[in-house]
Amino acid sequence: MQNTMTISFNALGENEAFSRVAVASFAAKLNPTVDDLAELKTAVSEAVTNAIIHGYDSNPAGIVYISATIEDGEIDVVIRDEGRGIGDIEQAKEPLFTTKPDMERAGMGFTIMEHFTDLLEIESSTSSGTIVRFKKQLAGKRANCVK
Amino acid sequence: MVTMKAEARGKVLIIRLTGELDHYYSEQVKEFTEQQIEANQTQHLIWNLSGLPFMDSSGLGVILGRYRQVNEMGGSVTVCGLNTQVKRLFQLSGLFKIMYVDQTEQEALNRLEESSCKTR
Repeated sequence: MQNTMTISFNALGENEAFSRVAVASFAAKLNPTVDDLAELKTAVSEAVTNAIIHGYDSNPAGIVYISATIEDGEIDVVIRDEGRGIGDIEQAKEPLFTTKPDMERAGMGFTIMEHFTDLLEIESSTSSGTIVRFKKQLAGKRANCVK
Repeated sequence: MVTMKAEARGKVLIIRLTGELDHYYSEQVKEFTEQQIEANQTQHLIWNLSGLPFMDSSGLGVILGRYRQVNEMGGSVTVCGLNTQVKRLFQLSGLFKIMYVDQTEQEALNRLEESSCKTR
């Protein structure tokens, strides 16, 4: 059976921890491994940070939307903002590329999301904002480890 | 929440972080460490991350920024006490190519002590 949750919150840095913990708590019913849960939290944190500092330029009036669906042991997460959008997605995905070097951004957000999830999709428009979607298989992996 | 502790041993500065290091706390960690490096005239920096169960790329940015700071003075950066998730972030970003990695703070201190003996 499919199970969905949605949350939305102001683009405040202090909400980053809340957002990744909320998604991780929702995913916990799939009994994921500690490493998989850490990877999921990291991917959420990267996408939410991007929405806040790039999408909304750290303007707390912006709203970040997250929806997550669990089905067949997999979590499907959609993180959306209505901010300025990404002009060149391929360039943004390049490791170490950042538009904010002055803020000591590592430029590793999308690289980390790609490595820590099973499937990453990015849609963006400079008029309507950015949608980041990723999927991660969480249940049923533990059985493979039993010897 | 992140708590930060600093201990200077001569030219070596140890920064111990506990908590979850994300964008929200990265500015505080940056300012604290930057000030400690200047106040102690640090040459070699050791990050003890054994109390850090979570970090994202904002943390990598701060650590890279401080690498640039001490590297300009001919110093080195060591990270120790990394958990699996944090270690993977370092691997993905290539930071292990420019920084030392040790299991524990003591190992890092021993290595720095040995290298300073050799150059004496």
